Amino acid sequence: MAALESQQVDRMETLTRTPIARSSIEASRYKLVAENIVASYNGIAAVKGVNMKFREKAVTALIGPSGCGKTTFLRCLNRMHELTKGATVTGKVLLDNQDLYSNKEDAIIHRRKIGMVFQKPNPFPTMSIYDNVAAGLKLNGVKDKKIIDQIVQGCLEMVYLWDEVKHDLKKPGMSLSGGQQQRLCIARALAIQPEVLLMDEPASALDPIATQKIEEMITELKKEYTIIIVTHNMQQAVRVSDYTGFMYLGDLVEFGETKQIFENPRNEITAKYVQGQFG
Amino acid sequence: MITIEQRAEFRKHFRNNISRRVATDKIVKGIVFGCVLLAIIPLGSILFEIIRNGVPVLSIDFLTQPPGAVGSNQPGGIGPAIQGTLMLIGLSSLIGVPVGVLGGIFLSEYGNNKYGQTIRFFNDVLAEFPTIVIGLFAFAVIVLSLGYFSILAGMFALSIIMLPIITRTTEESLKLVPVSYREAGYALGIKRSVIIFRILLTSAKSGLITGIMLSVARIAGETAPLIFTILGNEDFFSGFDQPVDALPLRIYRLANLPYDSATAQGWGGALVLILIILSLNIGIRYLFLRKRRGGSFRITTGG
Repeated sequence: MAALESQQVDRMETLTRTPIARSSIEASRYKLVAENIVASYNGIAAVKGVNMKFREKAVTALIGPSGCGKTTFLRCLNRMHELTKGATVTGKVLLDNQDLYSNKEDAIIHRRKIGMVFQKPNPFPTMSIYDNVAAGLKLNGVKDKKIIDQIVQGCLEMVYLWDEVKHDLKKPGMSLSGGQQQRLCIARALAIQPEVLLMDEPASALDPIATQKIEEMITELKKEYTIIIVTHNMQQAVRVSDYTGFMYLGDLVEFGETKQIFENPRNEITAKYVQGQFG
Repeated sequence: MITIEQRAEFRKHFRNNISRRVATDKIVKGIVFGCVLLAIIPLGSILFEIIRNGVPVLSIDFLTQPPGAVGSNQPGGIGPAIQGTLMLIGLSSLIGVPVGVLGGIFLSEYGNNKYGQTIRFFNDVLAEFPTIVIGLFAFAVIVLSLGYFSILAGMFALSIIMLPIITRTTEESLKLVPVSYREAGYALGIKRSVIIFRILLTSAKSGLITGIMLSVARIAGETAPLIFTILGNEDFFSGFDQPVDALPLRIYRLANLPYDSATAQGWGGALVLILIILSLNIGIRYLFLRKRRGGSFRITTGG
């Protein structure tokens, strides 16, 4: 097992051209592994063979200029990319060593283990606050009212929304402010009890205070979840993430500990990007 | 680079004549307003005439009694026709609404291919079909094979008329539901069929209801296909193998009779028909859409 791990580290070093500190990597385990992901739209590759490993109970940030394939790569991790018309994916995504792409029918089950939060808050317009959080439960066959109540309250507490909405659970989800809607969507994603949480620029549509709340929440959530966050905001990546991957033109240019990527980048392009010279 | 001189030159090319612009604006406003008036005048005058002529005839007897002997001083009422129209609307919707909505779901969710395009094309052709042809079709298929005129044949013909309208409006309103709601559903690991029925359809509800109401209004006023299918009857519904009456048919017959009292009843029938459609429309909207005042999300298509 250790030999295999070490082999994979070697391979990643060559692929990402980034030396990786072996001792720290071997100490903890990977929750999600992406192998040679190639994703394209109508034959044009947006992600060109990315290999990445995501540590359990850690936050990994994906940064890079617009159009570099971060979001596309993120959407490959829970098989959302293939839902777009004309989109194709090849490669492997291993969740606890199980390949998500090995079986076509299992996409639905995999998506329950890998929750996703989108850039723009998208609560279901016809549902109440309560029903929005309960949607993933009710529509996936959970019938026990007590369990649903318990999960709804628990998830709303986890996103620090419970105190703000506990008297208005019957109100439409759309009646909340933008920041509250986004936290509602995170609660909705948590309700299906995922193990991994993908976040696609979750704070880009929010003001600084709402952003701060979401960031605090991410720090709290990482105690239990493996979180992968795409962000345009480099300060945000520094604040919330443990590891950072820098993508450029569909490639993973550099991947390592956040501190190292920002303070001591090994790649020239990474250095230019994190110093704000382009992007 | 554009120099400052060039920029000054470019600015000269814009139209600066404000008074002419204001004048154009006023003229266009006038034309638009005039067109609205032109469109409203016929509608208003029809409504006015129907109410003026129809209201005096209205009475409990008129709404509940079968027609009396022609030309006698006991004109009777249009009870069987009201009953027939309500039954026809209900029975046709029983077939037309589910099939139409499912067809719309198919076209919107699974119809992005050659097969779907073909169906969409023929569906549009069917929507523009003369309804008398559909009546003849129902006559040939149902009446001739069963051997009698009946409400079943009428229901068959009217549900065919409903189908393309409902299919099209369902498809259009489903397509208006933003992709982000679909994605949110997929991200929660919800099955596609459940996403369609529990998330997309509820989001598209108001468009769906508009489509259904449009088609109900359309079939409630159809006369031509009914001549070949339900034939008309002086009495109340007495079985699925008997001819029945309907308001448009009754209005048509009454208006053709050479008696003033019959013509007056025809106006009354027209008023009742309009009131039925109006109350159905308001009633159904109230029933299905009243909870939605909180949400800012609204989809409407068609009328």
